[in-house]
Amino acid sequence: MKSFTYERVDTPAAATAAFARSKGARYIAGGTNLLDLMKLEIEAPTHLIDISRLALDKIEPTAEGGLRIGAMVRNTDLASDARIRRDYGLVSRALVAGASGQLRNKATTAGNLLQRTRCPYFYDTNQPCNKRQPGSGCAAIGGFNRTLAIIGTSDACIATHPSDMVVAMRALDASVEAVSAEGRTRAIPLADFYRAPGKTPHLETVLAPGELITAVTLPRPVGGKHIYQKVRDRASYAFALISVGLVVQEDGTGRVAVGGVAYKPWRVEAAEADLPRGAKAVTAKLLAGAKTTHENAYKLPLVERTLASVLAQAKG
Amino acid sequence: MPIGKQKQKRTNAMQTPEEYELSRRGVLVGGAASVATVTLVPIGTATAATPAAKTSPTAKVAFEVNGTMRELELDTRTSLLDALREHLHLTGTKKGCDHGQCGACTVIVDGRRINSCLTLAVMHEGDKVTTIEGLGTPDKMHAMQDAFVTHDGYQCGYCTPGQICSAVAVLDEIKAGIPSHVTADLTAAPQVTNMEIRERMSGNICRCGAYPNIVAAISDVAGVKA
Repeated sequence: MKSFTYERVDTPAAATAAFARSKGARYIAGGTNLLDLMKLEIEAPTHLIDISRLALDKIEPTAEGGLRIGAMVRNTDLASDARIRRDYGLVSRALVAGASGQLRNKATTAGNLLQRTRCPYFYDTNQPCNKRQPGSGCAAIGGFNRTLAIIGTSDACIATHPSDMVVAMRALDASVEAVSAEGRTRAIPLADFYRAPGKTPHLETVLAPGELITAVTLPRPVGGKHIYQKVRDRASYAFALISVGLVVQEDGTGRVAVGGVAYKPWRVEAAEADLPRGAKAVTAKLLAGAKTTHENAYKLPLVERTLASVLAQAKG
Repeated sequence: MPIGKQKQKRTNAMQTPEEYELSRRGVLVGGAASVATVTLVPIGTATAATPAAKTSPTAKVAFEVNGTMRELELDTRTSLLDALREHLHLTGTKKGCDHGQCGACTVIVDGRRINSCLTLAVMHEGDKVTTIEGLGTPDKMHAMQDAFVTHDGYQCGYCTPGQICSAVAVLDEIKAGIPSHVTADLTAAPQVTNMEIRERMSGNICRCGAYPNIVAAISDVAGVKA
Protein backbone atom coordinates (compact mmCIF):
# COMPACT_ATOMS: atom_id res chain seq x y z
CA MET A 1 0.00 0.00 0.00
CA LYS A 2 1.24 3.50 -0.81
CA SER A 3 1.53 5.78 2.19
CA PHE A 4 -0.99 8.52 2.81
CA THR A 5 -1.84 11.22 5.29
CA TYR A 6 -5.05 10.93 7.29
CA GLU A 7 -7.61 13.27 8.76
CA ARG A 8 -11.03 12.83 10.31
CA VAL A 9 -13.82 15.32 9.65
CA ASP A 10 -17.08 15.98 11.48
CA THR A 11 -19.26 17.71 8.89
CA PRO A 12 -19.93 17.36 5.16
CA ALA A 13 -18.66 20.94 4.68
CA ALA A 14 -15.39 20.05 6.42
CA ALA A 15 -15.13 16.97 4.22
CA THR A 16 -15.51 18.78 0.93
CA ALA A 17 -13.18 21.57 2.14
CA ALA A 18 -10.55 18.98 3.06
CA PHE A 19 -10.94 17.42 -0.36
CA ALA A 20 -10.45 20.77 -2.09
CA ARG A 21 -7.29 21.41 -0.02
CA SER A 22 -5.50 18.17 -0.77
CA LYS A 23 -4.43 16.68 -4.07
CA GLY A 24 -4.95 12.95 -4.48
CA ALA A 25 -7.50 12.74 -1.66
CA ARG A 26 -10.21 10.14 -1.25
CA TYR A 27 -13.04 9.88 1.22
CA ILE A 28 -13.12 6.74 3.35
CA ALA A 29 -16.05 5.43 5.40
CA GLY A 30 -16.54 1.67 5.71
CA GLY A 31 -13.36 1.13 3.73
CA THR A 32 -14.15 -2.49 2.85
CA ASN A 33 -13.66 -1.90 -0.88
CA LEU A 34 -11.25 1.05 -0.90
CA LEU A 35 -8.70 -0.54 1.46
CA ASP A 36 -8.82 -3.78 -0.50
CA LEU A 37 -7.99 -1.82 -3.67
CA MET A 38 -5.32 0.22 -1.88
CA LYS A 39 -3.56 -2.96 -0.77
CA LEU A 40 -3.34 -3.96 -4.42
CA GLU A 41 -2.34 -0.37 -5.35
CA ILE A 42 -5.23 -0.19 -7.76
CA GLU A 43 -6.21 2.83 -5.71
CA ALA A 44 -3.37 4.94 -4.33
CA PRO A 45 -4.71 8.05 -2.59
CA THR A 46 -2.11 10.28 -0.94
CA HIS A 47 -4.61 11.62 1.59
CA LEU A 48 -7.58 9.92 3.25
CA ILE A 49 -10.48 11.91 4.63
CA ASP A 50 -12.31 9.84 7.21
CA ILE A 51 -16.01 10.61 6.86
CA SER A 52 -17.20 7.61 8.87
CA ARG A 53 -18.27 9.76 11.81
CA LEU A 54 -20.37 12.27 9.90
CA ALA A 55 -23.84 12.55 11.41
CA LEU A 56 -25.35 10.93 8.31
CA ASP A 57 -26.28 7.67 9.98
CA LYS A 58 -30.04 8.13 10.32
CA ILE A 59 -33.01 6.85 8.35
CA GLU A 60 -35.65 9.56 8.43
CA PRO A 61 -39.13 9.99 6.91
CA THR A 62 -39.39 12.53 4.09
CA ALA A 63 -42.20 15.04 3.60
CA GLU A 64 -43.29 13.03 0.54
CA GLY A 65 -43.90 9.89 2.60
CA GLY A 66 -40.64 8.19 1.67
CA LEU A 67 -37.39 7.59 3.56
CA ARG A 68 -34.11 9.45 3.53
CA ILE A 69 -31.24 7.06 4.21
CA GLY A 70 -28.10 8.77 5.48
CA ALA A 71 -24.94 8.05 3.48
CA MET A 72 -23.24 6.51 6.54
CA VAL A 73 -26.03 4.06 7.39
CA ARG A 74 -24.38 0.65 7.53
CA ASN A 75 -25.71 -2.10 5.28
CA THR A 76 -26.69 -4.18 8.33
CA ASP A 77 -28.66 -1.31 9.83
CA LEU A 78 -30.41 -0.54 6.57
CA ALA A 79 -31.37 -4.17 6.01
CA SER A 80 -32.67 -4.42 9.60
CA ASP A 81 -34.65 -1.19 9.78
CA ALA A 82 -38.29 -2.02 10.50
CA ARG A 83 -39.63 0.47 7.90
CA ILE A 84 -37.29 -0.86 5.22
CA ARG A 85 -38.30 -4.45 6.00
CA ARG A 86 -41.99 -3.63 5.93
CA ASP A 87 -42.26 -1.14 3.05
CA TYR A 88 -39.09 -1.63 0.99
CA GLY A 89 -38.47 -5.36 1.40
CA LEU A 90 -36.58 -5.47 -1.88
CA VAL A 91 -33.82 -3.29 -0.37
CA SER A 92 -33.54 -5.48 2.69
CA ARG A 93 -33.50 -8.67 0.59
CA ALA A 94 -30.87 -7.33 -1.79
CA LEU A 95 -28.62 -6.21 1.06
CA VAL A 96 -28.65 -9.53 2.89
CA ALA A 97 -27.96 -11.32 -0.42
CA GLY A 98 -24.66 -9.43 -0.66
CA ALA A 99 -21.27 -9.77 1.03
CA SER A 100 -20.84 -11.31 4.51
CA GLY A 101 -22.12 -10.31 7.93
CA GLN A 102 -18.74 -8.81 8.77
CA LEU A 103 -18.66 -6.68 5.62
CA ARG A 104 -22.27 -5.54 5.95
CA ASN A 105 -21.45 -4.31 9.46
CA LYS A 106 -18.86 -1.91 7.99
CA ALA A 107 -20.07 -1.09 4.50
CA THR A 108 -22.10 2.10 4.16
CA THR A 109 -24.99 3.04 1.89
CA ALA A 110 -22.93 5.56 -0.09
CA GLY A 111 -19.94 3.24 -0.25
CA ASN A 112 -22.13 0.47 -1.61
CA LEU A 113 -23.20 2.78 -4.46
CA LEU A 114 -19.59 3.67 -5.22
CA GLN A 115 -17.95 0.24 -4.95
CA ARG A 116 -15.81 -0.70 -7.92
CA THR A 117 -16.29 -3.56 -10.33
CA ARG A 118 -15.04 -7.05 -9.49
CA CYS A 119 -13.91 -7.66 -13.08
CA PRO A 120 -10.86 -9.95 -12.67
CA TYR A 121 -8.84 -7.83 -15.08
CA PHE A 122 -9.51 -4.68 -13.08
CA TYR A 123 -7.90 -6.49 -10.13
CA ASP A 124 -4.97 -8.00 -12.05
CA THR A 125 -2.43 -5.20 -12.35
CA ASN A 126 -0.42 -7.24 -14.86
CA GLN A 127 -3.26 -6.91 -17.36
CA PRO A 128 -4.48 -3.95 -19.34
CA CYS A 129 -7.69 -2.37 -18.07
CA ASN A 130 -9.16 0.88 -19.31
CA LYS A 131 -10.96 1.40 -16.03
CA ARG A 132 -7.81 1.04 -13.94
CA GLN A 133 -5.36 2.53 -16.43
CA PRO A 134 -7.19 4.63 -19.03
CA GLY A 135 -6.03 3.87 -22.56
CA SER A 136 -4.29 0.60 -21.68
CA GLY A 137 -6.93 -1.60 -23.33
CA CYS A 138 -9.40 -4.20 -22.12
CA ALA A 139 -8.22 -7.72 -21.38
CA ALA A 140 -11.73 -8.84 -20.48
CA ILE A 141 -12.98 -8.52 -24.05
CA GLY A 142 -11.70 -11.76 -25.54
CA GLY A 143 -10.59 -12.96 -22.11
CA PHE A 144 -12.36 -14.76 -19.28
CA ASN A 145 -15.57 -12.78 -19.23
CA ARG A 146 -18.10 -15.27 -17.95
CA THR A 147 -19.09 -12.96 -15.09
CA LEU A 148 -19.11 -9.74 -17.10
CA ALA A 149 -21.60 -7.44 -18.77
CA ILE A 150 -23.88 -8.23 -21.69
CA ILE A 151 -25.53 -4.87 -22.21
CA GLY A 152 -24.52 -1.22 -22.12
CA THR A 153 -20.95 -2.25 -22.83
CA SER A 154 -18.40 -0.50 -25.04
CA ASP A 155 -15.27 -1.51 -26.93
CA ALA A 156 -13.34 -0.16 -23.96
CA CYS A 157 -15.06 -1.96 -21.08
CA ILE A 158 -17.46 -4.79 -20.25
CA ALA A 159 -17.32 -4.50 -16.45
CA THR A 160 -20.42 -4.91 -14.30
CA HIS A 161 -21.47 -2.98 -11.23
CA PRO A 162 -21.32 -5.52 -8.40
CA SER A 163 -23.89 -4.12 -5.97
CA ASP A 164 -27.09 -5.92 -5.02
CA MET A 165 -28.44 -2.96 -3.07
CA VAL A 166 -28.53 -0.63 -6.07
CA VAL A 167 -30.63 -3.12 -8.07
CA ALA A 168 -33.35 -2.83 -5.44
CA MET A 169 -32.96 0.93 -5.17
CA ARG A 170 -33.20 1.34 -8.93
CA ALA A 171 -36.43 -0.65 -9.04
CA LEU A 172 -37.81 1.61 -6.32
CA ASP A 173 -36.81 4.88 -8.09
CA ALA A 174 -34.30 5.98 -5.46
CA SER A 175 -32.35 9.18 -5.85
CA VAL A 176 -28.89 10.12 -4.63
CA GLU A 177 -28.39 13.31 -2.66
CA ALA A 178 -24.95 14.88 -2.92
CA VAL A 179 -23.24 18.07 -1.82
CA SER A 180 -20.53 19.83 -3.85
CA ALA A 181 -17.39 21.55 -2.62
CA GLU A 182 -19.27 24.85 -3.04
CA GLY A 183 -21.96 23.59 -0.67
CA ARG A 184 -24.61 23.04 -3.37
CA THR A 185 -26.90 20.11 -2.71
CA ARG A 186 -28.48 18.22 -5.61
CA ALA A 187 -30.60 15.13 -6.07
CA ILE A 188 -29.54 12.74 -8.81
CA PRO A 189 -32.02 10.04 -9.85
CA LEU A 190 -30.27 6.67 -9.47
CA ALA A 191 -31.27 6.08 -13.10
CA ASP A 192 -28.87 8.87 -14.12
CA PHE A 193 -26.18 8.27 -11.51
CA TYR A 194 -23.88 5.83 -13.34
CA ARG A 195 -22.06 6.73 -16.55
CA ALA A 196 -21.97 4.34 -19.47
CA PRO A 197 -18.39 3.16 -20.04
CA GLY A 198 -18.05 4.55 -23.59
CA LYS A 199 -14.43 5.54 -24.14
CA THR A 200 -13.99 6.60 -20.49
CA PRO A 201 -14.83 3.60 -18.27
CA HIS A 202 -12.72 5.06 -15.45
CA LEU A 203 -15.42 7.71 -14.98
CA GLU A 204 -18.15 5.72 -13.29
CA THR A 205 -20.65 8.21 -11.90
CA VAL A 206 -21.84 11.73 -12.60
CA LEU A 207 -20.40 12.98 -9.29
CA ALA A 208 -17.90 15.82 -9.65
CA PRO A 209 -14.50 15.43 -7.95
CA GLY A 210 -14.97 15.97 -4.23
CA GLU A 211 -18.76 15.89 -4.44
CA LEU A 212 -19.99 13.97 -1.40
CA ILE A 213 -23.01 11.68 -1.19
CA THR A 214 -25.06 12.65 1.85
CA ALA A 215 -28.13 10.41 1.46
CA VAL A 216 -30.20 8.11 -0.69
CA THR A 217 -33.89 8.91 -0.83
CA LEU A 218 -36.64 6.38 -1.44
CA PRO A 219 -40.00 7.68 -2.64
CA ARG A 220 -43.21 6.67 -0.88
CA PRO A 221 -43.73 2.88 -0.71
CA VAL A 222 -45.26 1.31 -3.82
CA GLY A 223 -46.63 -1.78 -2.07
CA GLY A 224 -46.80 -5.10 -3.89
CA LYS A 225 -44.70 -8.20 -3.45
CA HIS A 226 -40.95 -7.71 -3.31
CA ILE A 227 -38.69 -10.52 -4.49
CA TYR A 228 -34.94 -10.40 -5.01
CA GLN A 229 -33.40 -13.46 -6.58
CA LYS A 230 -29.65 -13.70 -6.95
CA VAL A 231 -27.94 -16.39 -9.00
CA ARG A 232 -24.34 -17.03 -8.04
CA ASP A 233 -21.63 -19.70 -8.11
CA ARG A 234 -22.06 -20.57 -4.43
CA ALA A 235 -25.05 -20.32 -2.17
CA SER A 236 -23.72 -17.47 -0.05
CA TYR A 237 -21.06 -14.78 -0.04
CA ALA A 238 -20.48 -14.47 -3.79
CA PHE A 239 -21.16 -11.79 -6.36
CA ALA A 240 -24.13 -12.17 -8.66
CA LEU A 241 -23.84 -13.82 -12.03
CA ILE A 242 -27.20 -12.18 -12.51
CA SER A 243 -29.87 -11.01 -10.12
CA VAL A 244 -33.49 -10.00 -10.55
CA GLY A 245 -35.30 -7.50 -8.35
CA LEU A 246 -39.06 -7.60 -8.81
CA VAL A 247 -41.91 -5.61 -7.34
CA VAL A 248 -45.25 -6.95 -8.53
CA GLN A 249 -48.80 -5.84 -7.76
CA GLU A 250 -51.99 -7.87 -7.42
CA ASP A 251 -52.98 -7.01 -11.00
CA GLY A 252 -49.69 -8.33 -12.38
CA THR A 253 -48.17 -4.93 -13.14
CA GLY A 254 -44.86 -4.07 -11.59
CA ARG A 255 -41.21 -3.17 -12.02
CA VAL A 256 -38.07 -5.14 -12.56
CA ALA A 257 -34.37 -4.32 -12.38
CA VAL A 258 -31.55 -6.71 -13.18
CA GLY A 259 -28.06 -6.91 -11.68
CA GLY A 260 -24.87 -8.51 -12.97
CA VAL A 261 -25.52 -7.61 -16.60
CA ALA A 262 -24.27 -4.03 -16.96
CA TYR A 263 -22.29 -1.11 -15.51
CA LYS A 264 -25.45 -0.21 -13.58
CA PRO A 265 -28.62 -1.95 -12.44
CA TRP A 266 -30.49 -2.55 -15.68
CA ARG A 267 -34.08 -1.39 -15.86
CA VAL A 268 -36.17 -0.57 -18.91
CA GLU A 269 -39.49 0.92 -17.87
CA ALA A 270 -41.04 0.18 -21.30
CA ALA A 271 -40.38 -3.54 -20.81
CA GLU A 272 -42.35 -3.57 -17.56
CA ALA A 273 -45.64 -3.09 -19.40
CA ASP A 274 -45.18 -6.70 -20.55
CA LEU A 275 -44.94 -8.12 -17.02
CA PRO A 276 -48.47 -9.56 -17.15
CA ARG A 277 -47.45 -11.36 -20.40
CA GLY A 278 -44.56 -13.15 -18.70
CA ALA A 279 -40.79 -13.38 -18.51
CA LYS A 280 -40.07 -14.00 -22.18
CA ALA A 281 -41.79 -10.85 -23.37
CA VAL A 282 -40.22 -8.71 -20.67
CA THR A 283 -36.69 -10.03 -21.17
CA ALA A 284 -36.88 -9.55 -24.94
CA LYS A 285 -37.44 -5.82 -24.43
CA LEU A 286 -35.31 -5.46 -21.31
CA LEU A 287 -32.19 -6.93 -22.88
CA ALA A 288 -32.78 -5.90 -26.51
CA GLY A 289 -29.43 -5.07 -28.06
CA ALA A 290 -27.46 -7.25 -25.67
CA LYS A 291 -23.97 -8.09 -26.86
CA THR A 292 -22.78 -11.37 -25.42
CA THR A 293 -19.56 -13.35 -25.69
CA HIS A 294 -19.27 -17.13 -25.93
CA GLU A 295 -18.59 -17.16 -22.18
CA ASN A 296 -21.42 -14.95 -20.93
CA ALA A 297 -24.16 -15.68 -23.47
CA TYR A 298 -25.78 -17.86 -20.80
CA LYS A 299 -26.83 -14.70 -18.98
CA LEU A 300 -29.59 -13.96 -21.50
CA PRO A 301 -31.60 -17.16 -20.89
CA LEU A 302 -30.64 -17.03 -17.20
CA VAL A 303 -32.27 -13.63 -16.78
CA GLU A 304 -35.42 -14.85 -18.52
CA ARG A 305 -35.65 -18.03 -16.46
CA THR A 306 -34.88 -16.26 -13.20
CA LEU A 307 -37.57 -13.70 -13.97
CA ALA A 308 -39.99 -16.55 -14.77
CA SER A 309 -39.08 -18.07 -11.42
CA VAL A 310 -39.69 -14.89 -9.42
CA LEU A 311 -42.96 -14.25 -11.25
CA ALA A 312 -44.07 -17.76 -10.29
CA GLN A 313 -43.00 -17.13 -6.68
CA ALA A 314 -45.02 -13.90 -6.68
CA LYS A 315 -48.14 -15.84 -7.67
CA GLY A 316 -47.51 -18.63 -5.16
CA MET B 1 14.02 -6.14 -8.73
CA PRO B 2 14.71 -5.15 -5.09
CA ILE B 3 12.35 -7.87 -3.88
CA GLY B 4 14.30 -10.56 -5.70
CA LYS B 5 17.65 -9.30 -4.48
CA GLN B 6 16.60 -9.17 -0.85
CA LYS B 7 15.34 -12.70 -1.01
CA GLN B 8 18.58 -13.89 -2.54
CA LYS B 9 20.65 -12.31 0.24
CA ARG B 10 18.56 -13.94 2.91
CA THR B 11 18.95 -17.24 1.09
CA ASN B 12 22.73 -17.15 1.21
CA ALA B 13 22.69 -16.66 4.97
CA MET B 14 20.55 -19.77 5.51
CA GLN B 15 22.15 -22.72 7.26
CA THR B 16 20.27 -25.99 7.51
CA PRO B 17 19.48 -28.13 4.47
CA GLU B 18 15.76 -27.90 5.17
CA GLU B 19 15.92 -24.16 5.23
CA TYR B 20 18.08 -24.21 2.14
CA GLU B 21 15.47 -26.24 0.30
CA LEU B 22 12.76 -23.83 1.37
CA SER B 23 14.77 -20.84 0.41
CA ARG B 24 15.65 -22.21 -3.02
CA ARG B 25 11.97 -22.09 -3.60
CA GLY B 26 12.09 -18.53 -2.29
CA VAL B 27 14.74 -17.65 -4.86
CA LEU B 28 12.59 -19.02 -7.65
CA VAL B 29 9.55 -17.13 -6.41
CA GLY B 30 11.65 -14.03 -5.82
CA GLY B 31 13.11 -14.32 -9.30
CA ALA B 32 9.68 -14.53 -10.85
CA ALA B 33 8.48 -11.61 -8.76
CA SER B 34 11.38 -9.44 -9.86
CA VAL B 35 10.60 -10.14 -13.49
CA ALA B 36 7.01 -9.17 -12.84
CA THR B 37 8.16 -5.97 -11.15
CA VAL B 38 10.17 -4.99 -14.20
CA THR B 39 7.21 -5.58 -16.50
CA LEU B 40 5.05 -3.45 -14.26
CA VAL B 41 7.27 -0.39 -14.42
CA PRO B 42 5.66 1.33 -17.40
CA ILE B 43 2.20 0.93 -15.83
CA GLY B 44 2.73 1.80 -12.16
CA THR B 45 4.67 4.48 -10.34
CA ALA B 46 7.98 2.70 -10.03
CA THR B 47 9.80 5.26 -7.92
CA ALA B 48 7.52 5.43 -4.90
CA ALA B 49 8.71 2.20 -3.28
CA THR B 50 12.29 3.27 -2.53
CA PRO B 51 12.37 5.95 0.17
CA ALA B 52 8.80 5.56 1.48
CA ALA B 53 9.80 3.81 4.72
CA LYS B 54 11.42 6.93 6.15
CA THR B 55 8.69 9.39 5.37
CA SER B 56 5.51 7.38 5.88
CA PRO B 57 3.00 9.51 7.77
CA THR B 58 1.93 8.34 11.21
CA ALA B 59 -1.06 9.15 13.37
CA LYS B 60 -1.98 8.63 17.01
CA VAL B 61 -4.95 6.56 18.00
CA ALA B 62 -6.38 5.33 21.29
CA PHE B 63 -8.90 2.51 21.60
CA GLU B 64 -9.91 -0.09 24.13
CA VAL B 65 -8.82 -3.66 23.52
CA ASN B 66 -10.33 -6.35 25.72
CA GLY B 67 -11.10 -3.79 28.42
CA THR B 68 -7.71 -2.06 28.42
CA MET B 69 -7.11 1.37 26.89
CA ARG B 70 -4.27 1.26 24.37
CA GLU B 71 -2.57 4.25 22.81
CA LEU B 72 -0.55 3.82 19.65
CA GLU B 73 1.26 5.91 17.09
CA LEU B 74 1.01 4.05 13.83
CA ASP B 75 1.88 4.29 10.18
CA THR B 76 -1.50 5.40 8.83
CA ARG B 77 -1.57 2.30 6.62
CA THR B 78 -1.71 -0.08 9.58
CA SER B 79 -4.83 -2.23 9.55
CA LEU B 80 -6.58 -2.92 12.84
CA LEU B 81 -5.43 -6.51 12.36
CA ASP B 82 -1.75 -5.53 12.14
CA ALA B 83 -2.13 -3.15 15.07
CA LEU B 84 -3.49 -6.01 17.19
CA ARG B 85 -0.94 -8.58 16.08
CA GLU B 86 2.24 -6.64 15.44
CA HIS B 87 1.93 -3.74 17.85
CA LEU B 88 -0.15 -5.11 20.72
CA HIS B 89 1.10 -8.70 20.25
CA LEU B 90 -2.40 -10.11 20.45
CA THR B 91 -1.69 -12.87 17.95
CA GLY B 92 -4.90 -14.79 18.54
CA THR B 93 -6.53 -12.88 15.70
CA LYS B 94 -5.24 -14.38 12.46
CA LYS B 95 -4.28 -13.01 9.09
CA GLY B 96 -5.64 -15.28 6.39
CA CYS B 97 -6.28 -13.60 3.05
CA ASP B 98 -5.87 -9.97 4.23
CA HIS B 99 -8.66 -9.04 1.77
CA GLY B 100 -11.85 -9.65 3.73
CA GLN B 101 -12.61 -12.92 2.00
CA CYS B 102 -11.77 -15.54 4.65
CA GLY B 103 -12.89 -14.13 8.00
CA ALA B 104 -9.84 -15.35 9.98
CA CYS B 105 -9.30 -11.76 11.19
CA THR B 106 -12.82 -11.31 12.57
CA VAL B 107 -12.97 -9.27 15.78
CA ILE B 108 -15.86 -7.57 17.56
CA VAL B 109 -15.82 -3.76 17.53
CA ASP B 110 -18.46 -1.93 19.55
CA GLY B 111 -20.49 -5.12 19.66
CA ARG B 112 -20.28 -5.91 15.94
CA ARG B 113 -18.12 -8.40 14.10
CA ILE B 114 -15.91 -6.94 11.39
CA ASN B 115 -12.93 -7.97 9.27
CA SER B 116 -10.02 -6.35 11.09
CA CYS B 117 -7.89 -6.62 7.93
CA LEU B 118 -10.18 -4.24 6.01
CA THR B 119 -10.19 -1.36 8.43
CA LEU B 120 -7.51 1.15 9.37
CA ALA B 121 -6.45 1.18 13.01
CA VAL B 122 -6.41 4.99 13.06
CA MET B 123 -10.12 5.02 12.23
CA HIS B 124 -10.95 3.33 15.55
CA GLU B 125 -10.42 6.21 17.95
CA GLY B 126 -12.38 5.51 21.16
CA ASP B 127 -13.74 2.16 19.94
CA LYS B 128 -14.06 -0.98 22.05
CA VAL B 129 -12.36 -3.94 20.42
CA THR B 130 -12.84 -7.53 21.59
CA THR B 131 -10.51 -10.20 20.27
CA ILE B 132 -10.45 -13.92 20.95
CA GLU B 133 -8.16 -13.19 23.92
CA GLY B 134 -10.87 -10.96 25.38
CA LEU B 135 -13.67 -13.50 25.05
CA GLY B 136 -12.12 -15.97 27.45
CA THR B 137 -8.92 -17.54 28.71
CA PRO B 138 -7.80 -21.20 28.80
CA ASP B 139 -8.84 -21.29 32.47
CA LYS B 140 -12.08 -19.45 31.99
CA MET B 141 -13.33 -20.08 28.51
CA HIS B 142 -16.23 -18.31 26.86
CA ALA B 143 -19.17 -20.67 26.29
CA MET B 144 -18.47 -20.56 22.53
CA GLN B 145 -14.80 -21.49 23.02
CA ASP B 146 -15.87 -24.31 25.26
CA ALA B 147 -18.38 -25.55 22.70
CA PHE B 148 -15.78 -25.49 19.90
CA VAL B 149 -13.59 -27.73 22.05
CA THR B 150 -16.47 -30.03 22.96
CA HIS B 151 -17.66 -30.39 19.36
CA ASP B 152 -14.18 -30.47 17.81
CA GLY B 153 -14.99 -27.39 15.73
CA TYR B 154 -11.57 -27.21 14.09
CA GLN B 155 -8.64 -29.18 12.75
CA CYS B 156 -5.66 -26.88 12.17
CA GLY B 157 -7.23 -24.13 14.25
CA TYR B 158 -6.11 -21.21 12.11
CA CYS B 159 -9.59 -19.95 11.29
CA THR B 160 -10.91 -20.74 14.77
CA PRO B 161 -10.45 -17.37 16.54
CA GLY B 162 -12.30 -15.70 13.67
CA GLN B 163 -14.96 -18.40 13.65
CA ILE B 164 -15.55 -18.00 17.38
CA CYS B 165 -15.70 -14.19 17.34
CA SER B 166 -18.06 -14.40 14.38
CA ALA B 167 -20.21 -17.07 16.05
CA VAL B 168 -20.61 -15.03 19.24
CA ALA B 169 -21.73 -12.03 17.17
CA VAL B 170 -24.03 -14.17 14.99
CA LEU B 171 -26.09 -15.24 18.00
CA ASP B 172 -26.31 -11.60 19.11
CA GLU B 173 -27.42 -10.59 15.60
CA ILE B 174 -30.20 -13.16 15.59
CA LYS B 175 -31.26 -12.02 19.06
CA ALA B 176 -31.30 -8.42 17.84
CA GLY B 177 -33.65 -9.42 14.99
CA ILE B 178 -31.22 -8.72 12.15
CA PRO B 179 -32.47 -10.63 9.07
CA SER B 180 -30.35 -12.82 6.83
CA HIS B 181 -30.59 -14.12 3.28
CA VAL B 182 -32.41 -17.26 4.50
CA THR B 183 -34.84 -15.52 6.86
CA ALA B 184 -38.23 -16.47 5.38
CA ASP B 185 -40.30 -13.63 6.79
CA LEU B 186 -38.63 -10.22 6.90
CA THR B 187 -41.16 -8.88 9.37
CA ALA B 188 -40.82 -11.74 11.88
CA ALA B 189 -37.97 -12.30 14.35
CA PRO B 190 -35.31 -14.63 12.91
CA GLN B 191 -34.77 -17.95 14.70
CA VAL B 192 -31.57 -19.89 15.39
CA THR B 193 -31.69 -22.68 12.82
CA ASN B 194 -29.08 -24.74 11.03
CA MET B 195 -29.70 -22.76 7.83
CA GLU B 196 -29.48 -19.40 9.60
CA ILE B 197 -26.18 -20.33 11.22
CA ARG B 198 -24.71 -21.59 7.95
CA GLU B 199 -25.76 -18.51 6.02
CA ARG B 200 -24.59 -16.07 8.67
CA MET B 201 -21.23 -17.83 9.08
CA SER B 202 -20.49 -17.78 5.32
CA GLY B 203 -17.90 -15.02 5.77
CA ASN B 204 -15.69 -17.42 7.73
CA ILE B 205 -13.91 -19.98 5.61
CA CYS B 206 -12.48 -23.22 7.07
CA ARG B 207 -10.08 -24.95 4.71
CA CYS B 208 -10.13 -28.07 6.91
CA GLY B 209 -13.88 -28.28 6.40
CA ALA B 210 -14.88 -28.45 10.05
CA TYR B 211 -18.21 -26.83 9.21
CA PRO B 212 -20.57 -29.50 10.61
CA ASN B 213 -18.80 -29.36 13.97
CA ILE B 214 -18.70 -25.56 13.93
CA VAL B 215 -22.46 -25.48 13.35
CA ALA B 216 -22.89 -28.05 16.15
CA ALA B 217 -20.89 -25.89 18.55
CA ILE B 218 -22.87 -22.74 17.74
CA SER B 219 -26.19 -24.60 17.97
CA ASP B 220 -25.14 -25.98 21.34
CA VAL B 221 -24.44 -22.50 22.73
CA ALA B 222 -27.75 -21.27 21.32
CA GLY B 223 -29.52 -24.20 22.97
CA VAL B 224 -30.92 -25.67 19.75
CA LYS B 225 -30.35 -28.95 17.91
CA ALA B 226 -27.88 -28.72 15.03
